[in-house]
Amino acid sequence: MSLILIAEQVLNGLQFGVMLFLMAAGLTLIFGVMGLINLAHGSLYMVGAFAAAAVAGATGSFLLALAAALAAAALAGVLIEILVIRRLYRAAHLDQVLATFALILIFSEGTRWVFGSFPLFLDVPDALSGPITLPGGIQYPVYRLTLIGIGLAVALGLWWLTARTRIGIQIRAGENDREMIAALGVDISRLYTIVFALGAALAGLAGALVGAIQSVQVGMGEPVLILAFVVIVIGGIGSIKGAFIGALLVGLTDTLGGIFLPELFKLFMPADAASQTGSALASMAIYILMSLVLIWRPSGLFGARA
Amino acid sequence: MKKLALGAAALALAATSAAAEVKVGMITTLSGGGAGLGIDVRDGFVLALEQAGRDDIELVIEDDQRKPDIAVQLADKMIQSERVDVMTGIIWSNLAMAVIPSAVNQGVFYLSPNAGPSQLAGQGCHENYFNVAWQNDNLHEAAGAWANQTGYENSFILAPNYPAGQDALTGYKRFYEGELAGELYTQLGQTDYAAEIAQIRASGADSVFFFLPGGMGISFLKQYADSGVETPVIGPAFSFDQGILGAVGDAALGIVNTSQWSKDLDNPTNSAFVESFQEKYDRLPSLYASQGFDTANLLISAIDAADVSDKEAFREALRAADFDSTRGDFEFGPNHHPIQDIYAREVVMEGDVLTNRIIGTALEDRADAYADACNM
Repeated sequence: MSLILIAEQVLNGLQFGVMLFLMAAGLTLIFGVMGLINLAHGSLYMVGAFAAAAVAGATGSFLLALAAALAAAALAGVLIEILVIRRLYRAAHLDQVLATFALILIFSEGTRWVFGSFPLFLDVPDALSGPITLPGGIQYPVYRLTLIGIGLAVALGLWWLTARTRIGIQIRAGENDREMIAALGVDISRLYTIVFALGAALAGLAGALVGAIQSVQVGMGEPVLILAFVVIVIGGIGSIKGAFIGALLVGLTDTLGGIFLPELFKLFMPADAASQTGSALASMAIYILMSLVLIWRPSGLFGARA
Repeated sequence: MKKLALGAAALALAATSAAAEVKVGMITTLSGGGAGLGIDVRDGFVLALEQAGRDDIELVIEDDQRKPDIAVQLADKMIQSERVDVMTGIIWSNLAMAVIPSAVNQGVFYLSPNAGPSQLAGQGCHENYFNVAWQNDNLHEAAGAWANQTGYENSFILAPNYPAGQDALTGYKRFYEGELAGELYTQLGQTDYAAEIAQIRASGADSVFFFLPGGMGISFLKQYADSGVETPVIGPAFSFDQGILGAVGDAALGIVNTSQWSKDLDNPTNSAFVESFQEKYDRLPSLYASQGFDTANLLISAIDAADVSDKEAFREALRAADFDSTRGDFEFGPNHHPIQDIYAREVVMEGDVLTNRIIGTALEDRADAYADACNM
């Protein structure tokens, strides 16, 4: 196992982590501000990917595709906030879970009606395709480096938004005390719609960016949704900073665990058995990480509420 | 739940249709991820019934949503209240294992258009169970044989960590004679293969064998092409069927894959099938569609030769496999699994459509590794 391989895997872990962050940031904002468990967040990721694939197929432009993904996911977010979610803020979490689970089914079958059952094609733009040689002789795909850059830029933008802008102050205030900021004259339902649309747009952006290197198909959002929940539980529910740290931890643990655990087992087992056992254990690694974090800090790394 | 009851012949002869004599229950995957496979099997099957213009076959189609519990419920309903004579349609091996053993024990004939788990080919074989597609290991074995013929000596092999994935690597190794540069099990449903690709790059392999069905294969191939690793790739047809190639794009060009069927197989049945499928559904058929088509034609040939209520005679008629297969030669081995040639295909661009072209035969008259364990 060479240093180059390890460096490459760390980059892979980072890239995976920042994409998870885009999903988790929206999820944690929505939960933190509105107290809503939104299982349909993965569907918004899928909406973004399908919108991007459709627009890229029609126009050939990746930038237009990204814009379409952001717009489509935000629009879908606003629609479901107004039509469904708005009725659920005061409801029990179980009702929210049921309703948003129903939304997953509706989005999945709806997408299948519109786009058919076969996966769609979305490719990385020509300008970003192929590998680049980094210092130290590491060959790494340009597109993945771009993903890391975009993820970090979005994280910075979100920090600026929540820490330095008026709407950010309202969001943070909303997390702490809903009634009080409503009493102070903030239009709370407009704030909720904005937060929901923002979270949806981030999920759609992640879907489009990741869709270009993965498969754009019905049901693509749910595996990511599960990981995003793990991220916000580790990071502390409602905390953007927690989501960022949690996402990087999960990304790195998952990627590096997948490499090093089978290697570790090879020291004392035959190769194919080591590979099976190691990869089985690696798929549990992030959940083990989550349990350890929860034992140490029951409300997550940066969780405000217990 | 969706319910599609299609008296296939009734489409042709709605007014004069006589009472159906054979009732066929199809349980397949028509919604959710992986629905493309079930839809192809169904469409191939329905096409064959329509072409035969039969009014004595009633087809009941149900969607299992790729869930074993739902497949079992549907099978119970079909056998006990709808009283079907023949069942077919299941795509996935885990669903097949949940449904088939109990169905055939209740006296129903089962014709598998896709799944071929090793258990049902070996000790668990049954006189009422016929597999019209392949035993699960077959295409992987052919990939191993083709790797030898190509002269590969140092393969890196990977598959998801679940029974069919383990069977795939075992199947490849059964015929492949070279060294292994690495052997990896990935997570089932994994979408990012950057870590695996980095290991392939570092391993110095001269070839990569992978079995990653559905979306996993699409992700792997796109990422592999983008990584700049140039080691040649070989795999079973599951990641290169007509439904998937469009989503993989140019990343698939030139890759060799193994299949028992290809659109350019040169026999009259196949040419007619490809043309009529395209005409009816406005897309190219996949290997799954050809399997559905062959399954229906096998069924029709048996109905012509024997009465389904005479189980012995009907079983003999199925065993004879006296139908024109899209694969040309087709016969059943002693465990009711196919004995057939398996080809190496290459992904090519025809006009602006990606498709496959046969470049050679990987295995001739291949049966399967489990037939000896079957006592029928």
